[in-house]
Amino acid sequence: MSYPDHTLQFSQGDSVVPRRVRIQTGPQPPYAGFTESNGGRREVARVVVFDARDVSVFYGSKKALEGVNLQIPRNRITALIGPSGCGKTTFLRSLNRMNDPVPGFRIEGNISYHGHEIYGPQVDRIEVRRRIGMVFQKPNPFPKSIYNNVAWALRNLGMKDGLDERVERALRGAALWEEVKDRLKDSALGLSGGQQQRLCIARAIAIEPDVLLLDEPASALDPVATAKIEDLMHSLKGRYTIVIVTHNMQQAARVADQTAFFGLDLSGAERVGTLIECADTEKIFNQPADPRTRDYVTGRFG
Amino acid sequence: MTGAGVPDPTAPLTPSGNLRRRQIVSRLAETGATLAALLAVAVLVIVTYTVLVRGANALSLEFLVKGEPAGIGPAIVGTALVVALATVIAMPLGILIALYLTEFAGNRLAGSVRLTMDLMNGLPSIIVGLFIFGLLVYHHQDSVYAGSIALAIIMLPLIARGSQENLLLVPGSLREAADALGVSRWRTVLTVILPSALGGIVTATMLAVARAAGETAPLLILDSIVNNAKYSFNITEAAPNIPMTIYQLSEEANPEGFTRAWGAGFVLLAFIVLASLGARVLLARNRRKMAS
Amino acid sequence: MDRFGDRVLYGVCAFAALLGVTVLLLLGYQVFHGAAPAISKFGLGFLYKTSWQPNFHIFGAGSLLFGTAVTSFMALLLGAPIAVAIALFLSLLAPAGVRGMISPLVEMLAAIPSVILGFWGILILAPFVHEHLEPFLHETLGFIPLFGPPETTGASVFTAGLILTIMVIPIIASISRDLFLTVPREIQDAASALGATRWEVVRGVVLPSTASGVVAAMLLGLGRALGEAIAVTQVLGAGSEIHTSLFRTGDTLAARIAEQFTESLASPLYLGSLFYLGAILLVIGLIFNLGARWIGRRFDYQRKVA
Repeated sequence: MSYPDHTLQFSQGDSVVPRRVRIQTGPQPPYAGFTESNGGRREVARVVVFDARDVSVFYGSKKALEGVNLQIPRNRITALIGPSGCGKTTFLRSLNRMNDPVPGFRIEGNISYHGHEIYGPQVDRIEVRRRIGMVFQKPNPFPKSIYNNVAWALRNLGMKDGLDERVERALRGAALWEEVKDRLKDSALGLSGGQQQRLCIARAIAIEPDVLLLDEPASALDPVATAKIEDLMHSLKGRYTIVIVTHNMQQAARVADQTAFFGLDLSGAERVGTLIECADTEKIFNQPADPRTRDYVTGRFG
Repeated sequence: MTGAGVPDPTAPLTPSGNLRRRQIVSRLAETGATLAALLAVAVLVIVTYTVLVRGANALSLEFLVKGEPAGIGPAIVGTALVVALATVIAMPLGILIALYLTEFAGNRLAGSVRLTMDLMNGLPSIIVGLFIFGLLVYHHQDSVYAGSIALAIIMLPLIARGSQENLLLVPGSLREAADALGVSRWRTVLTVILPSALGGIVTATMLAVARAAGETAPLLILDSIVNNAKYSFNITEAAPNIPMTIYQLSEEANPEGFTRAWGAGFVLLAFIVLASLGARVLLARNRRKMAS
Repeated sequence: MDRFGDRVLYGVCAFAALLGVTVLLLLGYQVFHGAAPAISKFGLGFLYKTSWQPNFHIFGAGSLLFGTAVTSFMALLLGAPIAVAIALFLSLLAPAGVRGMISPLVEMLAAIPSVILGFWGILILAPFVHEHLEPFLHETLGFIPLFGPPETTGASVFTAGLILTIMVIPIIASISRDLFLTVPREIQDAASALGATRWEVVRGVVLPSTASGVVAAMLLGLGRALGEAIAVTQVLGAGSEIHTSLFRTGDTLAARIAEQFTESLASPLYLGSLFYLGAILLVIGLIFNLGARWIGRRFDYQRKVA
């Protein structure tokens, strides 16, 4: 099995809404709900991986997120966009229970993953994180060699057979192999920011998770590195379900199949983040249903 | 290719693969760490409790005021004397050294001074005792001031380091403002920087005092006394002191002496706890002041 | 006036600094000077000869070096893992409130004067060790020569080692705790996000990145154990032979100085020999202190690179 190679052709307009990106990937494994018609224009009809029902998040007495209802489809890229402080990252981190150690964290409502409640009583947090991987905003490689950064979790999980091949595969999948193959023993801290972030992606995909959560993965990187990360995401989509938080609307438009706009809920007494609208990317950017969405994507605020 | 480690995503979110075993290992480690912490607290509680309970038996006003064999009054005074004198020596020197390191840094001497303070900090106290003995006491007699000088050497690195940390906490903006106003260095130091760091310096000194009060080895060599019955305020002679009292009583096989030793230990420990707590309270108040 | 004031301040501070350095140098000189009679008589043979008979003017530090090594290393062997475990508990496991309560308690353990700890050791710990611990260890592990038959009234090398362990733990624990608290949250999060258990995060990320600092802390703790005179004196009988069993008496360099100091004043060779012990102690202590500094600095350097 190999991560699909890809050739990418895309065009970028000057407007907020660039034309849709067309990706040629390898043969897709068949799954339920997929219909192919019109020579390649896909419906985003889906198998649902995450189903969030009425999710609210509290940190102590402060409510951070209000009543989110959202479905994340399989093998697609879902982008969470919106201004700062509206709960995008909070929601993302709730998907793999990375909020648990935060003091005062409390979640109401229900998030289910392949039909199983993530916050259910029998659920093992570590198992959740094993299946739902995360890449963070600021690249955070371990102070180890490049090889060991990727191999560390593999060793923990007992996936030690063919370790060298697994590491190579992960690095190739993160489009980093060619740049580091001759210096695997070097410290990861010697890589550039963009390379470190790709290493973090390699590290995450090495253990073959089911889902990849990306928290503004390119926000700390320069445009060239950002472009490389975005290319990567298209190739990764074939194998993983991806949820990405981004401040960069253009990025969402370029990359995502489905986009969810998080804004402020002004109905209550406090300012709380909430999901305003979620739909296919094209629709969000061209014909948003909610005026707040329209304001945001046309740059009137935020 | 999926190996043994990759779980079926649609399976329930219970541990898969080797996770069960790894969780057990992790729980064991957590338990071990908790037990270790409890062990340390237990030892502290046991020792303190023993001292408190047995020491309380010996305590009375008479005990605190009279000399041997009834009480340890002279020893309390003697310790106060030797520690006070040591503080008088060590505190100004420590502050000056800290000032040297923070205000006049960058000289060749600064590196040696830092090294010296570090080395001095790790000196076994009995060797400090030997040093002062060779310097001052050999062919002369034991005295309080010799003991004080030795204790001062022990206190010096503690005060210097604590003072240095607090001097460094003074915001650079204060210094810059003073410079901009044309105020001379020495005036800035004396009227702005030192007062601002004073709280922390006092804290460091209190902790050093707590440390010095309990030091026995230098006093064994320099301020050893046989007669604990009389009060002595003469610093050129040896005076009774609490650590030596405890030590001597503990080496004799006399149960009555043991009771007095516990009592003396109670007094010493109480002083140290009060000094440490006081230092902590001061530190907390200082932090609040700095933050505002 | 102002320039003059500045100069005075500088002069006074520099004088204090110079005084500090001078004191340390003087100390080294004085200790070796005091040891001169013994050094000229015994030379380096003093270091391994074990015979110590003041009446015959025969002195040798061999068994004392042995005793120092055994007690100190026992303290380190027992104390370091416990201290690191405590540090992990305080920094990573305990909620902030618990940490705020227990950290000061651990530090208070370091504040107990050695004379009180030694006194408690003689009266409380030694009998307990002699009646319960030593027989138990001898029964279960007696095949190891270290755990021979309990002989003394608990005034054994083993008990002394336990007391030193109690002294060493708070030093290593508080330094290590501070080190663990500096490991960035982000890489711990990264490790957790890869499905690692808490222990794996510690073992894979926290410990490796603080390793040098923890080792430096251990060396500092070891230095403390090496130099402890009073508590060891109180707890140990003044044995002069080398035994393999921990449950017999022995003596250490620092304790020997404390025990026999008053008698030694009678004879210059005797006193010189004690000073010689002090000189050895000084050199050993210096080596460990410098070693801790060097390792600590290497650690700092790595952090900067990181």
